[in-house]
Amino acid sequence: MSQPRPILLKGGRLLCPASGIDETGDLLLDQGRIAAMGGELDAPADAEIIDCAGKWVAPGLIDMHVHLREPGHEYKEDIASGTAAAAAGGFTAVCSMPNTDPVNDSAAVTEMILERARAVGSCRVYPVGAITPGLKGQGLSQMAELKDAGCVAVSDDGHPVSDSRLLRRAMEYASGFGLPVICHSEELSLSAGGAMHEGPVATALGLPGIPAEAEVAAVERDLTLAGLTGARVHIAHISCAGSVAALARAREAGWAVSGETAPHYLALCDQDVGEYDTHRKMNPPLRSQADRQAVRQGLAAGIIQAVATDHAPHSVLEKELEFGFAAFGVTGMETALGVMLELVEEHLLTPLEMIERLSAAPARLLGLPGGSLTAGGPADVVVMDPKAAWTVDPAKMRSKSANTAFAGRKLPGRAMLTVCGGKVTFRLED
Amino acid sequence: MSLKRRHMLGLHGVSAEEITTVLDTAESLKEISARPIKKVPTLRGKTIVHFFYEASTRTRTSFEIAAKRLSADTVSLSASTSSITKGETLIDTAKNLLAMSPDLIVMRHSQSGAPHLLARHIPCSIINAGDGAHEHPSQGLLDLMTIRRAKGRLDGLKVSIIGDISHSRVARSDIIGLNTMGSQVTVYGPRTLMPPAVESLGVSVAGSMEEAVNEADVIIMLRVQQERLTDVLFPTLREYAQRFGLGSKHLKAAKPDVVIMHPGPINRGVELSPEVADGPQSLILDQVANGVAVRMALLYLLLGPEAS
Repeated sequence: MSQPRPILLKGGRLLCPASGIDETGDLLLDQGRIAAMGGELDAPADAEIIDCAGKWVAPGLIDMHVHLREPGHEYKEDIASGTAAAAAGGFTAVCSMPNTDPVNDSAAVTEMILERARAVGSCRVYPVGAITPGLKGQGLSQMAELKDAGCVAVSDDGHPVSDSRLLRRAMEYASGFGLPVICHSEELSLSAGGAMHEGPVATALGLPGIPAEAEVAAVERDLTLAGLTGARVHIAHISCAGSVAALARAREAGWAVSGETAPHYLALCDQDVGEYDTHRKMNPPLRSQADRQAVRQGLAAGIIQAVATDHAPHSVLEKELEFGFAAFGVTGMETALGVMLELVEEHLLTPLEMIERLSAAPARLLGLPGGSLTAGGPADVVVMDPKAAWTVDPAKMRSKSANTAFAGRKLPGRAMLTVCGGKVTFRLED
Repeated sequence: MSLKRRHMLGLHGVSAEEITTVLDTAESLKEISARPIKKVPTLRGKTIVHFFYEASTRTRTSFEIAAKRLSADTVSLSASTSSITKGETLIDTAKNLLAMSPDLIVMRHSQSGAPHLLARHIPCSIINAGDGAHEHPSQGLLDLMTIRRAKGRLDGLKVSIIGDISHSRVARSDIIGLNTMGSQVTVYGPRTLMPPAVESLGVSVAGSMEEAVNEADVIIMLRVQQERLTDVLFPTLREYAQRFGLGSKHLKAAKPDVVIMHPGPINRGVELSPEVADGPQSLILDQVANGVAVRMALLYLLLGPEAS
């Protein structure tokens, strides 16, 4: 494959969370790497020069929690459409969860995903392997083989391991190969049958509730096992105050634990379910206003280190249904940056902090390249316009599915240009 | 008289004026059921579909009688929710119905919000005849009508609702309607059958059967569903009847003019003792009679000459 032309990004606000740099300058991308970062750079003769005045230039975003649905559920999303959605959202890398069909519990599935990503992908794809074969909660996947094939973590996403002893073994075994364990923390006996957050809104709508404690009890267990095993444990999609507090305590105890939340938990709460809007149904559910505030504060304080979208595409077949019958999950990659820019406008996060939560933190937590603008690193870059307000239109998504929780919402800004490995993967057309 | 709405999906958001309009209309239509020829031509040429996704005998019968007394044509369609697994979605089924040009759909469904989904996708009027644990507005209205006839008013009353509040759409519609009309509602039952944050519905929670009964002007007993027993929400029917059932002993300490209601069907000897169910304070059969009148009123107001 021929190398793309060098790209000189001129005069943007350079935001590099790895080095703490936040200043106006140029960025030169060449040979798939960041060639130079600085005040005024000379462009090589064949370079494409892009004026970035008024724009923010940041490391490509990394989404550590997405469902690309391939293999098995290609009518919802596939690797081509999912990574195109990622690129449009400013992402240059995504971690794909193992709940495909077949489940990613073997090197063969991992290799197939990586091969497809190389062939049709618009960003880097890092597969996450299953903790148990078939996500059935029994036995252990061949994690060493998964790691060698390219998995960057193991997870039981969507199908939490109920057996505490088995989860302990999984943590111990995975840590022997340096594989982080990503926990979908949910006490199933407490959440069973629930359709939305348990509280006054669910009671008024007559919907069975999922108490926040179903998450907190499981987060506490999973963190406790992290303490017991010393394993690298990451809590996925934190949605409530109790989980933030539990994570803070575990981190104070010095355990190797971390956590992520998703944009919808930062921007929405259970009241936004409105009149049974299935595009506001996900698991864990949108929580109370107080939970939302606690998650926002936890993110600002750095207790929750990362933001991941939990991009979960579903077709109308799963969503245009009675609320109780509709599938859990919403798309997120094309709206994440816009929602996070709201937090910057609200002064909850600085621009550099926002970029950090979306790039450097996931890179650090999973040992991935990227998250930096310093010379020598991969040419994974997003140019965003923080002032290009736009209205979310589900019909204009690159994702195959339109189940966004943010339809009709006016977001303050968006990605204008995404470059992955020196190659332009997304350019916003006027 | 008319309503400012095309659907009756729930009493949430329905004003006191609208409720009064329905009840007054029901009062004026009630005498039709006492005539030798119980039929008026008001809705001649209108087609009403009774679309029941969940078993119901009395509500469907009540709606059908109401429609027939107004000369509407009715079609009944029972579907089990298992047809979902056969591939036809609620919206598909509804669109098929719509292709036959009904004027109004009366709908019962096991899932909360199902009629709201239908209302978003099809352009004909919808009456919610009970959705999951959400609302059952025609039952709420017939309860209000029954109370107004017994007490002469709907404001300033103390109403106690006793039993399974958590899973009851009747309780929600009653609570909303009574609050809108200016009465106070108290609830009582096993803690396992109280919904989370029950006070947010606009009720106070009694600490004992006596507290729930003694000050009440109206007592509404709710049916115990057998499946709550298998869900282990209470230990035995025996203990339920002893602690949460209404018997003559409770009524000795109650207000002398207290009235007893129940949405039916009754589990005799569980939530209601036979003496109370058949006693002079019981309005249970009045509720059934008023149900036809209230449903006639809803059909008339949503479909009749003055419908908006």
